[in-house]
Amino acid sequence: MYQVGNLVKELSDKHGHARESLMPILQAIVLKHNYLTDEAMVEVARELDISAAEVYGTASFYTFLDTQVKGKYVIRVCKTITCSMKGKSDIIHTLEEILKIKVGETTTDKQFSLIETNCIGWCHKAPAILINEMPYTDLTPGKVSEIIKDYMNK
Amino acid sequence: MENKVLTKVDLIFEKIDSKEVMAKAFAMSSAEIIQSMLDSGLKGRGGAGFPTGLKWKYTAAEKDTDKYIVCNADEGEPGTFKDREILDRVSNKVHGGMAIAGRAIGSKKGIVYLRGEYRYLLPKLMIELEAFHKMINEIGFDFSIEYRMGSGAYICGEESALFESIEGKRGEPRNKPPYPTVSGVFDKPTSINNVETLVTAMMIIQHGAKNFIQYGTKDSRGSKVFSISGDTPTPGIFELELGMTVQQFVNEFGDGDTKAVQVGGASGFCVPRKKFAETIIGFEGVPTGGSMKLFNSSRSMYNVLHNYLDFFTEESCGQCTPCRVGCQQLLKGIEKVKKGEAKSTYLNELVKLADTMKIAAKCGLGQSVGNAFKSIVGNFKEEIIY
Amino acid sequence: MINLHINDQTVSVQEGTTVLAAAKKLKINIPTLCNHDDLCVAGNCRVCIVEQKGARTLIASCATPVAEGMEIHTNTLKVRNARKHIVELLLSEHRADCTKCYKNQNCELQSLANDYAFGDHVFLDLVEDKKYNIDRSSPSFVKDDSKCIRCQRCVRTCSQLQYISAISVANKGAHQKISSFHDRPMSQVVCTNCGQCVNRCPTGALVEKTYIDQVWDAIYDPDKHVVVQTAPAVRVALGEDLGYDPGERVTGKMVNALRQLGFNSVLDTDFSADLTIMEEGTELLVRLKKALVDGDKAVSLPMFTSCSPGWIKFVEHKYPEFLPNLSTCKSPQQMFGALAKTFYAKKRNIDPSKIVSVSIMPCTAKKFEADRPEMRSSGFKDVDFVLTTRELAVMIKQAGIDFRNIEEANYDSIMGDSTGAAVIFGATGGVMEAALRTAYEIVTGREVPFGNLNITPVRGMDGIKEATIKIEGCVEAWKFLEGAELKVAIAHGLVNANKIMSMARAGKAPYHFVEIMACPGGCIGGGGQPIPTNLEIRKKRMKAIYSEDEHKVLRKSHENPDVIAIYKEFLDKPNSHKSHELLHTHYVERDNF
Repeated sequence: MYQVGNLVKELSDKHGHARESLMPILQAIVLKHNYLTDEAMVEVARELDISAAEVYGTASFYTFLDTQVKGKYVIRVCKTITCSMKGKSDIIHTLEEILKIKVGETTTDKQFSLIETNCIGWCHKAPAILINEMPYTDLTPGKVSEIIKDYMNK
Repeated sequence: MENKVLTKVDLIFEKIDSKEVMAKAFAMSSAEIIQSMLDSGLKGRGGAGFPTGLKWKYTAAEKDTDKYIVCNADEGEPGTFKDREILDRVSNKVHGGMAIAGRAIGSKKGIVYLRGEYRYLLPKLMIELEAFHKMINEIGFDFSIEYRMGSGAYICGEESALFESIEGKRGEPRNKPPYPTVSGVFDKPTSINNVETLVTAMMIIQHGAKNFIQYGTKDSRGSKVFSISGDTPTPGIFELELGMTVQQFVNEFGDGDTKAVQVGGASGFCVPRKKFAETIIGFEGVPTGGSMKLFNSSRSMYNVLHNYLDFFTEESCGQCTPCRVGCQQLLKGIEKVKKGEAKSTYLNELVKLADTMKIAAKCGLGQSVGNAFKSIVGNFKEEIIY
Repeated sequence: MINLHINDQTVSVQEGTTVLAAAKKLKINIPTLCNHDDLCVAGNCRVCIVEQKGARTLIASCATPVAEGMEIHTNTLKVRNARKHIVELLLSEHRADCTKCYKNQNCELQSLANDYAFGDHVFLDLVEDKKYNIDRSSPSFVKDDSKCIRCQRCVRTCSQLQYISAISVANKGAHQKISSFHDRPMSQVVCTNCGQCVNRCPTGALVEKTYIDQVWDAIYDPDKHVVVQTAPAVRVALGEDLGYDPGERVTGKMVNALRQLGFNSVLDTDFSADLTIMEEGTELLVRLKKALVDGDKAVSLPMFTSCSPGWIKFVEHKYPEFLPNLSTCKSPQQMFGALAKTFYAKKRNIDPSKIVSVSIMPCTAKKFEADRPEMRSSGFKDVDFVLTTRELAVMIKQAGIDFRNIEEANYDSIMGDSTGAAVIFGATGGVMEAALRTAYEIVTGREVPFGNLNITPVRGMDGIKEATIKIEGCVEAWKFLEGAELKVAIAHGLVNANKIMSMARAGKAPYHFVEIMACPGGCIGGGGQPIPTNLEIRKKRMKAIYSEDEHKVLRKSHENPDVIAIYKEFLDKPNSHKSHELLHTHYVERDNF
């Protein structure tokens, strides 16, 4: 959980109060906190004068605008066919082992979330993942272990 | 069928002096630019293949002076990664293409809708955009571009869903008519073009239409960037002439054991080995936005089909019955057949369903699910059943 | 005009007409599902698809405007096959328990299945894979996601007609569903319980919460004395569920049927509507006096009516700063309930703890209203059960009453008498008109200056109506109002209520008195009325309401002998201490999600 505080006000000052401002505002909140709390959505609804259900309905449409709790680093593993062919399952196993969580879960210290996602556009360097917005490609279990350990040490 | 040899081309990534090309475009009238596009026979490079010249012509004809150029950078078709490369390497040409399009249709505003998965490119693009704005201002172009981000929704690559997303709503495709050229983003006349189309347009201004039609066929003029992956020793981005056969393609990019080629991603067609020689990669054969996936004999086409149907079931916007429910039925259907819980003849019913989806779904996503379904089930029936 | 050909017949229609409407003109019916006359076009169910010559795909006739020379065919093999598939697909994600379902025989999906998909169904059941949720948290309605076919009519209703947007479409793909804010129970969000979504849901996904069994139990409990009150709008719509055309007045038969069902006393909410006018009219005049004579700046004007519980909840969620502006009067339903277990019990010498108070309402929000914790002024729950018009029709059928052929009957006495001013409460503008008929006469000693007491400026289906009444020739006690221009406004449908409230928030609502009804058309369009609903039907019901009024002998609330009697015997006078105790209430601020 995070306190949304003045963030929504600042964002609506920057992006405006129109319906089209909804996407940039929600995206900015997610960039900062990796997911949307109910409080954040209600604040946005109030600021833009639209219903909270509308905000939720729009946010829940987009895979990256999470309305469930996410960790500081969201790991999205591509599961579309080429990555699948090139060893995505081994990458998932490795990650599940290191982080001690299953796909769909978040670590108890709220540092990492592990989810599967659809094609992220790195098929020639499969298997590939995104950690927040950074892509990591040409992965092997060894490589991905190194990457995660680096993140853990941050 | 014209007998084409597989030819590599260097057009999209060719080094040019952007300012020079922009100045050249600025010296042309709207009508001249549009005629150049029409003469080139350029068709949309995102997969749908609508003639670019016509699209710009229709939008130019609209009386409303408030018009938009939208660059569709929501590249999400599985196996497509060429727009990412284009934006990374030659964003100047993307922006340039937009400004040229703006001049053609009479618009001062451009919007790039960039998929959320490519957000890491944004800082670099912003720097390059600033320099671009400075450059075209010096020439006298009254055109400015802003970026809007997607947030993980394949369907937002559909033109009207993309507009909905920019407008802050769920990416649900709209009823058509009206079409985007009449009523697009913010209900204004809009010309929405793929990243590669815009770059190609700029290059046509640079080299002329005649030069462009040296390559390709009557129905598929010019060349295209392909993103190649799967069972190939040389995955990556390649710019090739349009109109070659799948056989020629496999000869160059296969690993010697190619069983099937998926042309056009999950919403495209699966071409089996026996049809390689007779299938043209182009609008007269199997069109593609660039995605080319090679599968060798070690691959299970059931897994491939299952993966695609899983993809569509998740990414469908969900509003219309044939797509929302149809995708789920196709997915569950092949699972049941595989497990032996449904007769193999049930596949025939699913093929009929795929045909219904093609003519009854509200947008291209639902209408295209049947492409992969029918081509894989039709050519690899045994793998689907056993 | 555009000329096109449908099934080889030519028709000429205005530009902008849909193919669906053009076909209707040729008496060709194309089936629909997501389409609704009251709502904007959706074009998502794809049931209305037809073949257009030259088009690559079938087109949705509800969403496609006509074009010159278009050639349409509505019943080709291609269309029939596709339509059958679509209906089957809908059925595959729908939990069909028709024999147990409240909407059995009044379900649009059932009708489509009967028309287009009888015989073997090919596709697999998808219901078993989903974890559908059934939300029973609201006292007014049940939201059963397992029956939802995602036509989005409810979402469009809640957004376009009712402004609230308590529900929206959430998620995408196979997980797409109709959801409240973060899928919270409906009782915990901004939903006003107005039931307009229930009125437009084609299946059993949204139905009222029924209390039929509880009412039967009470009726057959020899220990209980069951009193029933009937709202004005019920008597002009009940017939629709019992074989009549819309707009038929079935008052007498309704009373007879209620008696045959076994209610111990059949009384009329119209009685307490007249009472409400006395209380609310007095309240308004007191506020005006405070504002104009005493110069009291704290007086809350405009004053808003308070008989619509959907409207009340709307204010509590969205405009809580205006709670002081609401009349403190309870609704007629609740006034009646409080009196049933005090005044009525005394008069009939019945132990109030043995009285079960039932109301028949055109409304679903009334079920919520009856459950409000403050509605216990009698010392007991003032209204025990609220039944919708639809539920009453079910009970009449269950009892085997041949409704069309029974005799007319009259209400019982004590709280059964009413005037024409009371019955018009059921139509938008009715409360205002009733209030004016009485207030004007109190202040000037003369009848309202409108032919036959019909104050036409406040009538009709316009979303917002305004009127200004000049007060001249006042009697001594009300001289301070001499020359005053009483500005009133009427709004129906929450989208129009919101317009008024926005104006009020901006300080731009120059009215003294405003009547607001949550439902389009007023109570005659309420969430508990027979389904289907559309503008034509509501207009017919409205006409019937004013017809009831015209046929009444007494047409002004202050002339109601039962009302005169109750003040004399029990309440003393309007806004008295006793009145305040039993007939007035307070409101609460609520969250805005």
